[in-house]
Amino acid sequence: MIDPNQVQHINIKIFVENPVAIDLADAIPVFHNWIKNSVCDEMLVDVADYRHVPAGPGVLLIGHQANYSLDHREGRLGLLYNRKDALPGTFRDRLNQAFGAALRATELLEDEPPFRGKLKFNRALTEVFVNDRLLAPNTDETWQALKPEIQEYFPGCVVERLGEPRDLFRVSATTR
Amino acid sequence: MKASNPFWKPHLADRVPSQMAAELEVFENEIALKKQGKIEDRVFAETRLRRGAYGQRYDNGQRSDGQTTKKLLFPSEETKGPNTLWDAPGMQRIKIPFGGLDAPQLEMLADLCEEYSDGIAHITTRQDVQLHFIHIDDTPSIMRRLASVGITTREACGNAVRNVTACPIAGVCREQVFDVTPYAKAIAYFMLGHPDAQAFGRKFKISFSGCKDNACALARLHDFGAIAATREINGRIRRGFELWVGGGLGPVPQQARLFDEFVPEEEILPIGQAIARVFARLGEKKNRNTARIKFLVTKLGIAEFKRLVMEERQILPYDPAWTAFLKSVPTDAELPLKPPSLLQIDAAWPANSDKANFDRWRATNVYSQRQAGYATVTIALPLGDITATQLRAVADASRKYIKETVRSTVEQNLVLRWVSEADLPALFEDLKKGDLAAATAGTVMDVVSCPGTDTCKLGIASSRGLASELRTRLTAQNHTMDEAIRGLRIKISGCFNSCGQHHVSDLGFYGVSRNKNGYTVPHFQVVLGGEWTHNAGAYGLAIGAVPSKRIPETVERITGRYLAQRSVGESFQAFVKRIGKAECKAMLDDLMQVPSHDLDPSFYTDWGDAREFTIGDLGVGECAGEVITPIDFALVACEREVFEAQLSLDSGQFEKAAAMAYESMLHGAQALLKFKFFFAPEDADKIVAEFRAQFYDTELFFDPFVRGKFAQDFFNAHDDGGRAASPESAHQLIEQAQLFIEACYSCYARMSATPSKVMA
Repeated sequence: MIDPNQVQHINIKIFVENPVAIDLADAIPVFHNWIKNSVCDEMLVDVADYRHVPAGPGVLLIGHQANYSLDHREGRLGLLYNRKDALPGTFRDRLNQAFGAALRATELLEDEPPFRGKLKFNRALTEVFVNDRLLAPNTDETWQALKPEIQEYFPGCVVERLGEPRDLFRVSATTR
Repeated sequence: MKASNPFWKPHLADRVPSQMAAELEVFENEIALKKQGKIEDRVFAETRLRRGAYGQRYDNGQRSDGQTTKKLLFPSEETKGPNTLWDAPGMQRIKIPFGGLDAPQLEMLADLCEEYSDGIAHITTRQDVQLHFIHIDDTPSIMRRLASVGITTREACGNAVRNVTACPIAGVCREQVFDVTPYAKAIAYFMLGHPDAQAFGRKFKISFSGCKDNACALARLHDFGAIAATREINGRIRRGFELWVGGGLGPVPQQARLFDEFVPEEEILPIGQAIARVFARLGEKKNRNTARIKFLVTKLGIAEFKRLVMEERQILPYDPAWTAFLKSVPTDAELPLKPPSLLQIDAAWPANSDKANFDRWRATNVYSQRQAGYATVTIALPLGDITATQLRAVADASRKYIKETVRSTVEQNLVLRWVSEADLPALFEDLKKGDLAAATAGTVMDVVSCPGTDTCKLGIASSRGLASELRTRLTAQNHTMDEAIRGLRIKISGCFNSCGQHHVSDLGFYGVSRNKNGYTVPHFQVVLGGEWTHNAGAYGLAIGAVPSKRIPETVERITGRYLAQRSVGESFQAFVKRIGKAECKAMLDDLMQVPSHDLDPSFYTDWGDAREFTIGDLGVGECAGEVITPIDFALVACEREVFEAQLSLDSGQFEKAAAMAYESMLHGAQALLKFKFFFAPEDADKIVAEFRAQFYDTELFFDPFVRGKFAQDFFNAHDDGGRAASPESAHQLIEQAQLFIEACYSCYARMSATPSKVMA
């Protein structure tokens, strides 16, 4: 029996509306500046550049408690917030923290000089992942346990389970 | 870090072999004891290294943002080894003996890189897999999960027998003498944790190759390189190995020496054990810079080394494991999933597919096996990187088309063996869906690179940044590229430690830095003349340092000249030899210049990094933007002397070459003395004495990682009077002189820069 309040490491991906307008190389100086100016709540460590990997993790801002990235997995560009360390509270608290951090990052990115006027996120579609296969495998059981929580957090959205059993537990929340 | 860490042990209790479970229990306890302060830093460092848990850049808790060096405020002040903070991210190296992987193992790697790392598994130049940005607290879970699919990280790092590599097409190669896989596997597990392999002063690398002429497993750059051979004995063809020992790259590259032309198959494990014993007993322990077995072989001479090994062999207590594996060799061969078939394009070709791309891919990525009707397919991975999704796609393909017979390669790729040829079009289509069908395998576009400054704390310049840039530019020319260029190899290392194997490449590069008016500028030494084939048959030498941002132009110019002026059928190595290194260097002279910071600041950042370039935590020098100092000229002159030494060596004057290399070191030392004291003695003995007192004894000259090694090389050269006994030792002295001059540059950069304030 999966207890939602035991589930940690919630990831949020918010997709870019107009990916062709963006040069991912511009994210490198932006993320270095975020480290320099301690822009995020997390302790930021480094920037990893995977632009050479097709449909890969893109450009990552590596943090101690979480990573931020302009992620290109499945060929879909978006801001991915990957919470690495555990947080106190309930599942909803953690979902709220992750979603809040991701949302703030999208706003910051849209306002960065190289992206201003070019980068636009589609906030009507959010994907929620749980980056821990043991505590939350991509199974019906996890889905049954977490769906009500996620649905309640995204009222008015269509919440759907995605992926195959080998994937991380993953759902999309789309505004109706 | 992971919430699930406490639960993996019970969850996998019935899937982790008992011995591995016990070992991991010990490691977990050692972590707990370290946290309680009951294990010394140095001891714990070696403990975790022997589990493959390695340090990573900024693990000392300091990071330069290009202007100042700031403290990284990790939650804990605890350390996990000298100068390594507990919470700082690290790299987990995963041993893959002979590169062999099955589908569950690929899927496990996919899960691990997604859950603990940055979504990428990186294939190394020794067939390992590396995950980056790993927290030490997560490593026991990672190791348990790997153990559940038969993978160990034991002795992936540290002073131990590292991953045993082998030719990735062993068993299916058309030119092999025989399949070396069972032997590589046997020695890998025989030496793993063996009591005779626990007291080395440094690492010990083993490689198996099925033939002499192809690159295969680069046997001649290994500590123990075995090449398959047969011999008729008493009317029977017997299997054995031509055994080479004492090879290695690193700061002082050395070709392996022939230990024996034929070691019978039943003797390969006991001889390996005897070599390990001699290395453990007589190898250097205190100075890690001279602790590899190559130094022992050089010191003793190959004849004496062999005598000691054979003496040791005679007294080894018998171990049935030496030959137990031989019984299963004839039946242990891999099997195909499907019957053999011939590729019939019209029949096999899927509808709506792309035949032109298939043909290109087939030309570069498909190898016809010795077994008719089967092919080995290479998946070319950019910079050795593969995503979790792609790893699962490879696992799926390995179940659909073959019996999960996948291997990693020393060129940082994966191969699928035993593909029935008629399946090639369908496999191509499947791989294409996963972005795994790049038609670049074994070409100039398939650039090999070590991690460099991206993650390695020894890196000087961004080898991956450069590799990515070259790959992008070369791939853009793919369709129009001349075949002579397409077949070249490019290999890049972030520093002189040679993890990118730049010495055995047509075009090799390794990261260095240069000082320009007080600014530090990323450069790469250009290495020409190396030979990838013949199991790393020849090592190239550096011809000069070019600013990092001008390396693409350098490649273009060298390859353009080759294309325009080569004779019919002339190889790149032969061309370089014919026109001579002086001409090669002259071709690049203008590219070696660095524009001033004001004129073009882009030269002062590295590829893929927006920060102003620094080495270590130093900032911009006091004399920024001012004048060229005499030491700048003096060190350039030293570089020229080393280069001229190379030319002498190439023309057969090895004694003169050695003397010139030594002179360049002497002048480098003199230049530093002049920079510090405005004057320096002219007499060699006095220069050495003064240099020792002012730069060595004070550790001012010390490299943060190899400490006083480069100065020691200088002192040794001085003691020898700058003489060399052979072309080989002259070659070595030239390498040492080159690195001594690099160290002079670094020392000068440290002395001329203002140490930046460490900000909290």
